[in-house]
Amino acid sequence: MSSQLSSARLYKPKVPLLWWLSRRSYTMFVLRELSSVFVAWTVVYLLLLIRAVSRGPAEYQRFLHWAASPWLIVLNAVALAFVLLHAITFVNLTPQAMAVRVRGRRVPGRLLAGSLYLTLLLVSAFLAWLVVG
Amino acid sequence: MPRRTVEPFVWLLFSGGGVAAALVLPVLLVLFGLALPLGWIAAPDHAHLLGVLRNPLTRLGLVVVCALALVHWAHRFRYTLLDGLQLHRYDRLVVAVCYGGALAGSVLAAYLLFVAV
Amino acid sequence: MPDQITLRVARYRPEQEEAPTFDEYDVPLREDWVVLDGLNYIKDELDGTLSYRWSCRMGICGSCGAMVNGEPKLMCATFLTAYAPGPIRIDPLANFPVIRDLVVELTDFMTKLGMVKPWLIRDEEQPVEDGEYLQTPAQLDEYKQFSMCINCMLCYSACPVYGLDTKFLGPAAIALAQRYNLDSRDDGGHERLTVLSQPEGVWGCTYVGECSRACPKGVDPAGAIQRYKLTAATAAVKSLLMPWGQR
Repeated sequence: MSSQLSSARLYKPKVPLLWWLSRRSYTMFVLRELSSVFVAWTVVYLLLLIRAVSRGPAEYQRFLHWAASPWLIVLNAVALAFVLLHAITFVNLTPQAMAVRVRGRRVPGRLLAGSLYLTLLLVSAFLAWLVVG
Repeated sequence: MPRRTVEPFVWLLFSGGGVAAALVLPVLLVLFGLALPLGWIAAPDHAHLLGVLRNPLTRLGLVVVCALALVHWAHRFRYTLLDGLQLHRYDRLVVAVCYGGALAGSVLAAYLLFVAV
Repeated sequence: MPDQITLRVARYRPEQEEAPTFDEYDVPLREDWVVLDGLNYIKDELDGTLSYRWSCRMGICGSCGAMVNGEPKLMCATFLTAYAPGPIRIDPLANFPVIRDLVVELTDFMTKLGMVKPWLIRDEEQPVEDGEYLQTPAQLDEYKQFSMCINCMLCYSACPVYGLDTKFLGPAAIALAQRYNLDSRDDGGHERLTVLSQPEGVWGCTYVGECSRACPKGVDPAGAIQRYKLTAATAAVKSLLMPWGQR
């Protein structure tokens, strides 16, 4: 296999399957990406709610009762943590990912993120008002 | 003219989905996932919710948010599977499952919001 | 402070072994010594067979990249005392094939650099008599950050996407393309679009962000890539809606 002469055989290391566990920043990255699973779960959950509402008051009550099951509460609490992780990381990365200009001047990162958080607050308040009535 | 790839358009949907999910989902999950079931807030009565859902703006808005958020999941989860578990040779299958799932969910949302409600 | 520190250095001698091994050396632990000083001490005093790249020893040539305790670093910018009492583990830059010891094969990056056309492309060259192409400080600021790249490859070592698929263009190449795309004197955006707007181009990036963390010159390749995704997506929408008027 190896000759007497100096071999030009390159060594090509393989990336291990659990490469994302090897460094804290990689693990945080994967957790951030997995938040999308809980975004999808939230959509599914909301569609289940909408289906229940469309079927009448009794079905709506049954849904709320089911939603109070301990395992579902835990799941939704975890989902909320991840959905918030998604929202926070998305907002915080926007200034790095986008050069926003107003009247020719670059909007500073903190201002951009701040306005996005403000928008989040306002939209949330509006939706809460819509729902609760 | 670059060889036409669909990537830029999927990325735009993914980004839109990220914004939609970030702005809309947290409060809805707090309300319907925790506050209402646990009784922190009195549940709005059925007639009121149905009324809100039947508003054409709500129907359209919710379908758009659900569809975009599902595409956001599909795109992100696809790369998480491919890179995290080194499944690159199964890309076609992963694409079918992820974007297919997002499409199915979007169709379901449209049905629920425009037909069922 | 102890007066010595152990360096565990990866060795790879293809003529005698299949895979890398480690040799340990004790070098003086001086306050003003960097890892590169330690390697030079090894080569001068302990083991002349150790192979590694270096040149300017001041963080501008980009030659001395290596993994120091698993993190991609410039060896001339990494102080021994930061790792005291040690030992310090030194591996060749990750994600590149190893030729020998700490020397890695960089042809892939060189090819990619050429692909993004990192030079000013003009539709029309101004005649020399008309003088220089003028640029305001604001126009310079648009791309200056991305011009700081010293081609040290630390970002490629930090990038898991590149590690998993070397077809990925990679952080430095895309940042350098942006350095020219954003230069007011450049008309080459459309040519570069063909190379960049590909699955192996910007669309392969999942915004891990490790490249910007590893960069010793503050280039922020992650930001460059995400900004270009928007540019490329806008161009795609425009070409879809308004297919006439191609440059």
